[in-house]
Amino acid sequence: MNGETRDLGPGGLLEAASALLQSGYRLALVAGLDDERGLRVNYSFLAPGRDPVELRVTLDQQTRRGVSLAALSFPASRFERELFDLYGIDPVGHPQRRPLVRHAHWPEAYHPMAKGAGPAPTLHPDDGGYPFIAVEGPGVYEIPVGPVHAGLIEPGHFRFSVVGETILKMKARLWFTHKGIERLVEGKSVEEVARVAERISGDSAVAHGLAFTRAVEDALRITLAPDVEARRAVALELERLYNHVSDLGALANDVGFGLAQAKALTLRERLLRLNERVSGRRLLRGVITVGGARLLDAPTGTELDEIEARVAELTAMTLAQSIVVDRFTGTGVLSLEAVRELGVVGLVARASGLDLDARRDHPIEGVTVAPVVVATSGDVLARYQVRRDEVAASLAALRGAVAGVSTFHLAGSSGSGAGLGVVEGWRGPVVHRVELLDGRVTRLKVVDPSFLNWPALAVALADTIVPDFPLVNKSFNLSYAGNDL
Amino acid sequence: MSLATVVVGLVQLALVVVGGPLLLGLMRRVRSRLEGRDGPAIAQPWRDIAKLAHKQRTRPTESSWIFAAAPLVLVATAATVAALGPLISLTPPLAASTDFIAVIFVLLVGSVALALAALDTGTAFGGMGASRALTIGALVEPALLVAVLALSLPLHSTNLVAIVADGLRHASVLVGPSHLLALASFIVVILAESGRLPVDNPSTHLELTMIYEALILEYSGPDLALVTLGESMRLAIWLGLFVNLVAPAGIAANATAAGLVLGVVAVTLKVAVVGVVVAFFEVTTAKLRLFRLPELLAGGFILALLGVVTGAVMR
Repeated sequence: MNGETRDLGPGGLLEAASALLQSGYRLALVAGLDDERGLRVNYSFLAPGRDPVELRVTLDQQTRRGVSLAALSFPASRFERELFDLYGIDPVGHPQRRPLVRHAHWPEAYHPMAKGAGPAPTLHPDDGGYPFIAVEGPGVYEIPVGPVHAGLIEPGHFRFSVVGETILKMKARLWFTHKGIERLVEGKSVEEVARVAERISGDSAVAHGLAFTRAVEDALRITLAPDVEARRAVALELERLYNHVSDLGALANDVGFGLAQAKALTLRERLLRLNERVSGRRLLRGVITVGGARLLDAPTGTELDEIEARVAELTAMTLAQSIVVDRFTGTGVLSLEAVRELGVVGLVARASGLDLDARRDHPIEGVTVAPVVVATSGDVLARYQVRRDEVAASLAALRGAVAGVSTFHLAGSSGSGAGLGVVEGWRGPVVHRVELLDGRVTRLKVVDPSFLNWPALAVALADTIVPDFPLVNKSFNLSYAGNDL
Repeated sequence: MSLATVVVGLVQLALVVVGGPLLLGLMRRVRSRLEGRDGPAIAQPWRDIAKLAHKQRTRPTESSWIFAAAPLVLVATAATVAALGPLISLTPPLAASTDFIAVIFVLLVGSVALALAALDTGTAFGGMGASRALTIGALVEPALLVAVLALSLPLHSTNLVAIVADGLRHASVLVGPSHLLALASFIVVILAESGRLPVDNPSTHLELTMIYEALILEYSGPDLALVTLGESMRLAIWLGLFVNLVAPAGIAANATAAGLVLGVVAVTLKVAVVGVVVAFFEVTTAKLRLFRLPELLAGGFILALLGVVTGAVMR
């Protein structure tokens, strides 16, 4: 693996993690691993322009007592809750050991990723209800929404405590689409897992596919030719384009400006057809292969000009509508301070002023780095503008793209090792950590930016009114599938 | 009540029942076309109503007779106004007692019935929708009443048929500033009362943003068919009264067969035109933030008030 790995005892972990966090690293991924060689937890830290650092702790497989970093990092506290549900690792000292992944229909002692957990047990009816902390006071009432929604939306349950129309507190319950992907891929070949990775979150096929293959290439120490990486970057930017354009329309639609939505949908269709020509697939699956990239054609300058003009027209028309601007401005503000404390990443973090972009921070040879778009106001308008400007930057980056197909034959099937892959998808950094044994995946840990950003949605809703929630939610546009895994 | 006036009432009722859903379909169609989509057929709301009428009815277990009665009240109040209002002829049944304020209040009985039914479901969305709808209702009513006052000043009468008849006789009334200001206020009220943009987005699927749609979330099957029919009838009635106050030309002065045919054609065309204009407006606007609505409705109130003042000054 590229970068440094340190084996530590539970005592040393706290100290080392604290030093890393203070020197500008962020905790990007925590992977448990429970097998014949013991119970380990790997903490992957990332920092702009520096090599990743991995801290590894080996725990007692019997007592399963872990160490909690919750006092140092908010993301760590959620990773630890996940580890408790999936591995039964008890984060000693954790302030909130509530279940995160586990819903009430799982038997309490069943930890699916623990060694010898066996097949899924019989699930009981979810009779735990949804215990939420009740906000009490005169005129406070609760609005439960979901997990079944009126539109074509993924499942999530939201519990609003409201007085009048003002949201006092919002709690989200996710993991309705927990599919056990990390267990599913164990023992499969890297080619098979690459196909699964592309399907983790349907709108981020390239980002997840690429993060996985980069992790594999990191583990096997494969360096690719710059032109292969350039082709992969084309697919990544095309994915960003169609998703951002959809959101530019959907945000307008959520304030009732259907005309912009209609224009955005036709433009999205235009982009999907471009994807199909370029990759053979409308949602860009199959472009990224382990060690290769399969780009059948490249977007032409005329096409990019046309798309650029249409996006400019769409966004100008939307922001010329004073009601739309009024609805966007000052709605769902997420402060830079909250972004830092919660460990928010990606587009949402940049809209609040955090200058963080894996494309620039972890550069790849052969890929031109697009300028990083940052806004400061942290409201829905900022998240709209960041999308708009990233579309322009992506279009600029796509100019001069060259098509080509290259495949790579893994030298035998004896490759072993651990690797980390980081990709700036359209939502933010997608991180995969893989362990290989003789060319087979023994452990895959996936972190979609949605996992880190979901808690920020509740924070951004403070002092927002109920009818503005869908708008704020759409401006984050987080993935359920990528979060629930 | 002579036989002729009963015929007028029945024709008007039939026109509104048949035409209401078609008006809704027309507005959706226009909107689709303006957005570059083909859109559903104009008759689609009728197809939906026919489909819903055959589907199973489910009602919340906790709900009472209020929930069951509200769709009937909605349709009955709309039907009453449809039959008695001056839509195709100046000789509807009971013309002498067609008080403008009574007409409005009969329509409001339908609104209140739906809001009560929403509360009756005991769900968070019902309560939320009812709270929002009644808040808007409370802001709409003053504007509406003052607009009525402005319109009734020249005649010293709030008889709706008389006001329309006066407009037909004296075209000068129609272009008077008092009349125009009152009608400007009236159109704001209509957009708010019928849940159109920029007040409410009738085509949203986002439960938390809904105002009027939240009221009827629990209705299904034949109940929902009635609610859909009732709401489209109300839209047709509001626009029908509006066009006859703006431009009464074509309305039958008596109950002759030829006059009624002309009246039906005239009001249908006028309402269709206004419906298309509203659809145009809706495409180019967005939904106001909920807490900005009082500003819009206060604007409507001010317009109506100015109408009264100018009317009083110019006399």
